[in-house]
Amino acid sequence: MKDNIILYTEHLKKAYGDEVVLDDINIEIKKGEVIAVIGPSGCGKSTFIRTLNLLEKPTGGNIYFDDICITDKKTKIYDVLPKMGMVFQQFNLFNNMTIEKNITFAPIKHKIMTEEEAKQRAKELLERVGLSDKQDAYPSQLSGGQKQRIAIARALAMNPDIILFDEPTSALDPEMVNEVLNIMKELARGGMTMVVVTHEIGFAREVASRVIFIDEKKIMEDGTPKEVLDNPKSERLKSFLDSVI
Amino acid sequence: MKYLNKKSKKYIISILMLMFSSVFLTGCSAKEFADKFYDNIIKEQRYKYILEGLGNTFVITIFAGLIGVFLGFILAVIRVTHDKKGSFKISNLFVKLYLTIIRGTPVMVQLIIIYYVIFASVNINKMFVAVIAFGLNSAAYVAEIIRSGIMSIDIGQFEAGHSLGLKYTSVMIHIILPQALKNVLPALANEFITLLKETSISGYIGLNDLTRGGMIIRSITYEAMFPLLLVALIYLVLVVGLSSLVSRLERRLKKNER
Repeated sequence: MKDNIILYTEHLKKAYGDEVVLDDINIEIKKGEVIAVIGPSGCGKSTFIRTLNLLEKPTGGNIYFDDICITDKKTKIYDVLPKMGMVFQQFNLFNNMTIEKNITFAPIKHKIMTEEEAKQRAKELLERVGLSDKQDAYPSQLSGGQKQRIAIARALAMNPDIILFDEPTSALDPEMVNEVLNIMKELARGGMTMVVVTHEIGFAREVASRVIFIDEKKIMEDGTPKEVLDNPKSERLKSFLDSVI
Repeated sequence: MKYLNKKSKKYIISILMLMFSSVFLTGCSAKEFADKFYDNIIKEQRYKYILEGLGNTFVITIFAGLIGVFLGFILAVIRVTHDKKGSFKISNLFVKLYLTIIRGTPVMVQLIIIYYVIFASVNINKMFVAVIAFGLNSAAYVAEIIRSGIMSIDIGQFEAGHSLGLKYTSVMIHIILPQALKNVLPALANEFITLLKETSISGYIGLNDLTRGGMIIRSITYEAMFPLLLVALIYLVLVVGLSSLVSRLERRLKKNER
């Protein structure tokens, strides 16, 4: 892994039919970076993060993870994906499974852990997200904030090298946003590599080590929070920041 | 009556009404009614036609139902997998053709074609033919029910599975299908009820099912009203009974959700 780069893209392109959503995206993500991805709605930032773990199939360009080209047809993506966690806007917990099963199912299936180990790990993770008492509950019995904390625990259970967050707080009631952001802050402090699509500019400023502004299908600005949020170069970013704050 | 719920009350009332109306329709006194009952049901053990027919109707419905669920399940998964992943192109085409033909022709026509055309040259058990015919027919409807169940599951469930590196098959088996089946269980049970009623055309291939049992008694006693109303009554009891089981099931499934 050169220069600690864990994930990078080359001329990444995504189009739906004739409509191009992302064009010529080149980005390098280093281990331990916390990247906030911001941009106006419909700019393609969700599509961007979803192409990184192939939820959307790129129409051009390549994605490398751990120096493996995951867009190569020959790559067995199911060997790579477990190392990339994802947290969704709509939580997407498995509704037919208890909270414990939600967390342990994938690690056991991948034979990363035995059932015993997975249960032990789930216990630790539930403690970490402050929901130890919920292990036998079903997702429908939890609040949005609780669901999202479980979703983070589920992603962590796989011991991923990177976690992608797709607007993790956008579907939450305002009073639940902080409980989720706090866990994410803790993760960032622990050195987890994170890519976070977010509308929380405050969070980006406080936690991110790098901020990316996507608009007009491209990465328009890329730098430290200070550079991007406090000294925006482009008019588009200026007007975007004005409209958000 | 106090111990019965609303559904069972309705059920008992409807049966009583049918009994009264049958007496009324035959236009006879209680004495005559008893005589007719004896002639059509008791005499020479004629009830045996009904019982044998009822047994056959049960066997056909249960085995055809099993075939229907099993095959319908496979058809549904092929359709959904094609829609979601683009694989199974040829199989999907065949499945679509199958669904169109089965759902586009009457089940009775299918039954007589299977008996008189497909199995024409071999001497084959009629029960077997009926089970196959009704099973194949039911599979088409079950397939669409299960498919709609799978389609109703939020795409996020698939995506979460993908993000954890789970393969499509294991997401399907462990996450999607359990939720989909739970959602369509009442619809499947209703399909089973429909199947039970549809088997009443088995007489067209000379099979002694419940309906034909009534017809045989009619041909012996020259009395249509009594045996046929009895047959209708038996179907009604079965269907109402099954329906109340279905609604109980529905209520229990709803309770589990909250």
